[in-house]
Amino acid sequence: MRKILYIVRKEYLQVFRNKSMLPTIFLMPLVQLLVLVNAATFDIKNINLFVVDRDHSVYSRDLVRHYKATKYFVLTGYGDTYQQGIDQLQKGSADVVLCIPPHFERDVYKQNTTKIQLLVNAIDGASAGVINAYSAGIIQSFNANIMTEFAAPGLQSVPLINVTQSYWFNPELDYRTYMVPGILVLLVTMVILSLTSLNIVREKELGTIEQLNVSPIKKYQFIIGKIFPFWTLGMVNLVFGLIIAKGLYHVPIVGSLGTIFLFASLYILTLQGIGLFVSTRSETQQQAMFINWFFNTLFMLTAGLYTPIESMPQWAQTVTYFNPIRYFVEVMRMVMLKGAGVYEIRVQLLCIFTFAVVMNSLAVWSYRKRA
Amino acid sequence: MKRFFGFVVKEFYHISRDRRTLLILFGIPVIQILFFGFAITNELKNVRIAILDQSKDVVTDRITDKILSSGYFILEKNLQTNDQVWQTFKEGKVRAVVCFQPQFAKHLESDKKASVQIIADASDPNTANMITTYISAIVSSYSTELLNGQQIPYAISTQVRMFYNPDLKGIFMFVPGVMVLILMMVSTTLTSISITREKEMGTMEVLMVSPLNALSVIVGKVTPYLFLSLINCASIVLLSVYVFGMPIQGSIVLLFAEAALFIFAALAIGIYISTIANSQQSAMLISNLGLNLPTIMLSGYMFPVSSMPLPLRWLSNVVPARWFITIVKGIMLKGVGIEYLWKETLVLIFMAVFFTFLSVRNYKVRME
Repeated sequence: MRKILYIVRKEYLQVFRNKSMLPTIFLMPLVQLLVLVNAATFDIKNINLFVVDRDHSVYSRDLVRHYKATKYFVLTGYGDTYQQGIDQLQKGSADVVLCIPPHFERDVYKQNTTKIQLLVNAIDGASAGVINAYSAGIIQSFNANIMTEFAAPGLQSVPLINVTQSYWFNPELDYRTYMVPGILVLLVTMVILSLTSLNIVREKELGTIEQLNVSPIKKYQFIIGKIFPFWTLGMVNLVFGLIIAKGLYHVPIVGSLGTIFLFASLYILTLQGIGLFVSTRSETQQQAMFINWFFNTLFMLTAGLYTPIESMPQWAQTVTYFNPIRYFVEVMRMVMLKGAGVYEIRVQLLCIFTFAVVMNSLAVWSYRKRA
Repeated sequence: MKRFFGFVVKEFYHISRDRRTLLILFGIPVIQILFFGFAITNELKNVRIAILDQSKDVVTDRITDKILSSGYFILEKNLQTNDQVWQTFKEGKVRAVVCFQPQFAKHLESDKKASVQIIADASDPNTANMITTYISAIVSSYSTELLNGQQIPYAISTQVRMFYNPDLKGIFMFVPGVMVLILMMVSTTLTSISITREKEMGTMEVLMVSPLNALSVIVGKVTPYLFLSLINCASIVLLSVYVFGMPIQGSIVLLFAEAALFIFAALAIGIYISTIANSQQSAMLISNLGLNLPTIMLSGYMFPVSSMPLPLRWLSNVVPARWFITIVKGIMLKGVGIEYLWKETLVLIFMAVFFTFLSVRNYKVRME
């Protein structure tokens, strides 16, 4: 036991003496939560709209006004030809071009129908879909206005199905409420993985591992001594992040903090197992960092942090079961936003427990005292 | 010159002997592109929903059928009472519950009015919004069916043309971003670490006293990474063109020239980092925090820059990746030439020159 304490003390000293280490551990959460949470949004806002109005009538102006009235579109300018519109798209100064044909107003009056054209920059396919939906909504309400103007009789007797929506757990549809718990996971993951994966390999590269190897410390004592300090740092980090989440972004914490900490403690342990395994397996810090980066990117993308997991094809969904980040992201959102308790997250708990055991056994097994 | 080549060859050996790093170096672009192309999508698919049908009549059956046959939704379970809704959400198995009022068909018949409530789990607001929009559309299309072909005075119809990406493939959006990330990783992070490594190990001193001058040492160290970056770039372009059918509308020469320019800028930043960092660990931290994260978040790689708050939009201007991504999209998808991209190109040239200048200055100070 005393031997473990010596290692623990050594690790703490190393962390606190290193000037670049502390800022990373405590500044990074702050920066990430301040910057990333605001950046990470799939909300589509400020869509640049360019209008090619070849009619110049009351109706065409009214239609443009309908677009401007929503908070989504920003009018960047008017043009007279189709070509001008295309040009704006090419230049990238417009995301959408609305083309109103000549005789727009006359056709609405006389023929009861007319066509407008919407040119959308669809490089970002998902945004293009949303832009299209917004636009369809605007046209629909514009049409409804015209309809009331013509006061179509007989429309009243048509059966009507009334659809209402209610949004639970986040009634204002605030994207930040959704992202903060996820970003918190990301932050703990990055700090812990980079700290632990470089740890042993650094000693190897600098040659200090030899000294540890000739000491009477046992393998498991060594690993525990390496794990414990960073585990506490990870937990402190999480607490720090939760305070920012609550204090700054007013993200609700509906469930119990105890549940979060229970899961987090196992999760951090898992990460450390992965980190130490990478560390014992690598020859240089560069290599360790690179392997780390590789897994980090893959884990992050398939964690359901940014894009929903159920949209993935089946094989990819199966892959995500082997991704520890996935479970923590899920649990954080369930507990913080929906108030899930230990019973609701039992499956995730079991999975992460298995992960922690497997990864740490691997780390102990692969550390050789002679290498 | 011969000495210089000798040095470059030594660096190549150095890199090629580290098999693991090499494997990852060439493997990661492939895996990332494949994942993005085949797995990661923003679209709505296989959304699990529950149905609370207190009426169970012909009409509600018909609407339920329509919702489930749309391809977006999968029925997870049928609920019996209102109380079950809460528990179902808490377990996290369904994203939305569709509730039909009791005696739905009867109300529709006699009062000409009936209501459906969609309760969405809005902890993911984006998906929740999409779900309610889709279900509402399905229900209202059923309403239109009820009109039995009665003509509605539907005045204006829209014809939508999706430019540059008519099938709305997600991969088109991600290719430029993946390219940028890999190039940054190889050109900036790896370079800065490999130079700092020589410092940390003390072998830098050896190089300093060798007959090679300082400039050749640096150029020699970064040359292999330049090649690696270009190979990576080519493999990403090949994959995206041949596996995912992404077009190269513009000139391929211009594309690679711009890529080389970006790599040059990234290398300059890498060298600059190595002049200010003392250990590999701090080099890694600086390039991760200062570069990779902003690149992922602020370059428009994943999240549209135009939706961000104003300060972040300003901040995104100093991220080199942002300009390069615009260039790649412009050349590959829009097919525009330098006449549309000169501004972005100039910014990149400026950044490259600026960081070269900074690192040369720092380097000299250290030498004296």
